[in-house]
Order: sequence, then C-alpha cells, then structure tokens
Amino acid sequence: MPKMDAVQLQLLKEVADLHDVPEGAYNLRANGKSVGRNTTANIDITTKTEGSGIDIHIKDGTKNESVHIPVVLSESGLKETVYNDFFVGENCDVLIVAGCGIDNCGTQDSEHDGIHRFFIGKNSRIRYVEKHYGSGDGSGKRILDPVTEVHMEEGSTMEMEMVQIKGVDSTHRSTIAELKADAKLIIRERLMTHGQQEAASVYKVTLDGDGSSADVVSRSVARDSSYQKLDLCIIGNGACSGHTECDSIIMDKGRILAVPSLEANNIDAALVHEAAIGKIAGEQLIKLMTLGLTEAEAEEQIINGFLK
Amino acid sequence: MLELKNIRFGAEAEGRAVEIIRDISLTINDSKFVVITGPNGGGKSTLAKLIAGIEQPTSGQILFNGTDITNMSITDRARLGIGFAFQQPVRFKGLTVLDLLRIAAGKTLTVSEACQYLSEVGLCAKDYISREVNASLSGGELKRIEIATVLARNVKLAVFDEPEAGIDLWSFKNLIRIFEEMRKSDSDRTVIVISHQERILNIADEIIVLTDGCVSKHGPKEEILPEIIGSSFAKGACPKIEEGDSENA
Repeated sequence: MPKMDAVQLQLLKEVADLHDVPEGAYNLRANGKSVGRNTTANIDITTKTEGSGIDIHIKDGTKNESVHIPVVLSESGLKETVYNDFFVGENCDVLIVAGCGIDNCGTQDSEHDGIHRFFIGKNSRIRYVEKHYGSGDGSGKRILDPVTEVHMEEGSTMEMEMVQIKGVDSTHRSTIAELKADAKLIIRERLMTHGQQEAASVYKVTLDGDGSSADVVSRSVARDSSYQKLDLCIIGNGACSGHTECDSIIMDKGRILAVPSLEANNIDAALVHEAAIGKIAGEQLIKLMTLGLTEAEAEEQIINGFLK
Repeated sequence: MLELKNIRFGAEAEGRAVEIIRDISLTINDSKFVVITGPNGGGKSTLAKLIAGIEQPTSGQILFNGTDITNMSITDRARLGIGFAFQQPVRFKGLTVLDLLRIAAGKTLTVSEACQYLSEVGLCAKDYISREVNASLSGGELKRIEIATVLARNVKLAVFDEPEAGIDLWSFKNLIRIFEEMRKSDSDRTVIVISHQERILNIADEIIVLTDGCVSKHGPKEEILPEIIGSSFAKGACPKIEEGDSENA
C-alpha cells in the first residue's frame, strides 16, 4: 500500500470500497500527487505530458479486468483540475471505479474537478462507478465539480453509477454522452444533500445512431436547507429510445428544481420523461412505525432504501 | 386482553363535525379470533386504526393487557405487541421484501427465516425476497407481504383491516387459507380481522357488528353469523369460487 495516513485511507474506503491495494490496474492520487500506480498487460496508465491527469488505454478484447482511479484530498485549501482520458478498445468488458473523497479540517476551500472523457470502442461493455464523499469539520468548503464526457461507438454499452451521499458542500456535475448505432447507456445517480449544500446535476445525452438507447435515472434527497438542480436532457437524432426519471424526496427546508427535457429530431425517436418530487409519504412512516420503528428511524430506513 | 372503554371518535367532513365512533365499549379476550363486520361507513377501519394508535380517540380509554395505551404512540403500541395490516398496503421504492421483514422482525433475519414467513403466506421466497415493495407487485402479492410483516413480528394482537380488499380471486382463496391456518395455530395471538366476507366470518370465534359507530351485535360466531348471513356485510365469495370449491370437494 502506498504511504497514506488514516484520514486518506478512510476516504479511500468511502469512495472506492478499498481497504487495500486493488487488483488489476490502478492509479491512486492523494493531495495532488500520484502515490501509486499499477498497469497490466492490457491496461496501460500514463501521465499526461501536458497538463495534469492520466491517459488510460485499454486494449481490444480486454475482459473481466478493472481499473481503479480514486482521488483523496486531505489538505485544506488544495484546488486541482485533473483530466483523465479513457481509451477503451473494441470488444472489452471492464469495470472502472473512480471517485473522490475530500477531508477538509481547515478554513480554506478544497476543490477537486475531475474531467473524465471516455472513448468506448465498438461492442465494448463498461461499468463505471463514481462515488463522491466529503468529511472534516473545518469551515473551508468541500467542492467537487466533475465533468464526464462519454463517446460511444456502435454496439457499446456503458452502465454508470454516480453516488454522492455525504459531505460535499458544493457540486456541479455535468455529464455529456453521444451514442452511435445500437449503443446503450444506463445511468443511475444517487444524490443526497444536507445542511446548506448546493448540488447541480446536468445530463445531456444525444442519441445519434439508430437502435441507440439511454436510461437515465436520478434519485435524490434534499434535507435541511440544501438545494438541488437536476437537469436531465435526452436528444433523439435517430431511431432511438430514451427514458429519464427524476425521483426526489424533499425534507425539512430542502428545495429541488427538476428540469426535464426531451428533444426528438427523428420520427422514430421514442423518448419518455418521468419526474416526481415530494416529501416522504405519511403512510410510509406510519407503516414502519406499526412495525416498531420510531418516526426518525422510519425516515432513515425509507431514505436508505430509496438511495440504495 | 384488549379493552375499549367508552371510545368516541369524531372527524370533520365537508365542513361539519361527524361522529364516526359513538361510545364503543368492548372486551376482546386473549387468543380469540374476532371478526368485525358491518355496513360500509360504520366505523370499522377507524376502530382498527384507534387500536393501532394511527388515530386518537376524542374520548374514552383503551387498555391492552391492563396497560392504558390511549395516549401511546404507534411505535410504543407496536413495541407492546400490537400489529396492524393495512387495507391498502404501502409501497416503498427501494425497500425490498427482505428489508421489510427484517424491520418487522426487529432483528437480522436470515434469508431462510424470512422465507419461512413468506411461505406461510403462500409466496415462494426465492421469487420475492429481493423484490422491491413497489408498484411492480400486484395487489394480492402486496397483501400477502403485508400479512407476512405482521407474522414476522410475532405480535400478541394482530389487527387486519379488510385483508380481502383489492385482491384477485386466486389470491382470495389463499388468503382464506392463511387465516384458517392462523386460527388453527396454537399460538396465543389474538387476531382481529375487519371483513365483509362470509368465509372469513366463518373462521371467527366471535363476531362484532358495527353499525353507525356503535356495536350493534357482539357474540359467538354460532350466534351472530346466522343473523347476518346474506346481508351486505356478510357476503359470499364470488359464485365462481364457490363453484370451484364444490368441484374440488
């Protein structure tokens, strides 16, 4: 294991479920520096020659391998923008785990902006997991503004799981995807904000190829006085199918703005949007209370289930 | 033992005060299977909710095994051993059948323990255990899961509010079987079922008829059932079911 302190190790556990060095390819970044890297015969990771970040090259036909690229920040006042590009060959089946944990005990804001670009080759299948987490009791903010760009070749599939449950003060996440024929994109976002936090999540998915499809589902909870803006847009330029769903729970003085939009530019584009915002239904609380939970316990169970 | 003393409950409907329960006093002894029936709007579901603590009486007193529970919360009553099955089971996005059974049991159930409760209500556990309790389940499935959550709690008093409401014919036959099994079991659990169904009334030790917020009849099944049979609140099942049963007999 590279040299990391207890705080960094805890962050690593939260964002990547890692207790130890991951198997397969990885790049660990702590406080602005790469602190460990491993490449495999099929997956190469190189430092960008210009600017900050890494290039990840995955060879054609790479199957059942994984890449972990977690980032941890425990130094107050550190701000960084990192560009990571994934070049995935054809006919691959790979798991990519990214994520960022910030611990800020100081007074200055800490910020990590990860710009991830994916170029996914024909008929490849990628599962991408990205978790964001913040901790520390300093007055400095924990800020994450990730950008994810996905370019999908014919017949490729990408499943994205984006999770931000705790501790990030401000986030503006932007996800852009372009799909060629028969490409398939599945996104599951889970977001919870509390305190005075603000989060914006913007998706723009363009279905260019015939037979392409996207299913973008965002589940979010806004507690305390937090605010969320969820902007989910699907554009259908081919004979495609797209579905977006924004399902949100508001609590306390939480506020949510959901801005769904669909644009069909082809007669055979079939696009659907669903959006719902509301507080926890009283009967759900009552049901769990009749099972012996207190109101607060019932609320916690409902939220945990909703965001699971 | 459950004792209701001079229970009244009023609510506001269309701008005017309406008394839904008017001075009900009754005692339900331990280990009894009691069915409460009566015309629609007679206050049956309200009475069930008053027992579970979902509604608070305007006046009167409720005692459970000698303890005054009138001002107790839903949670505290549940912890004392009162279970309640909803007429319209609640759906939860994200919570699975196993999650709900674990919450009900109040402990970490093993999958095989959870399966036991599901098989008691006639569901094949492997098909259901990891399903979300959401709109993908049918009314009959939800109803049986609802009953399983009450069974998993191992309560002293189980209240079922119109278990037959909103279920398909096939599920109805299974439902009757579940209640027959419950009646036969040697547990000392007291069961109160709100129902209009003759076949559920037929399982009862005692029948209570509620009319206009008052107890109009209360006594052993043998005495009450003949008096009310054929009325709108002691209905036979669908003729097709009866037919099927006589063919199977």
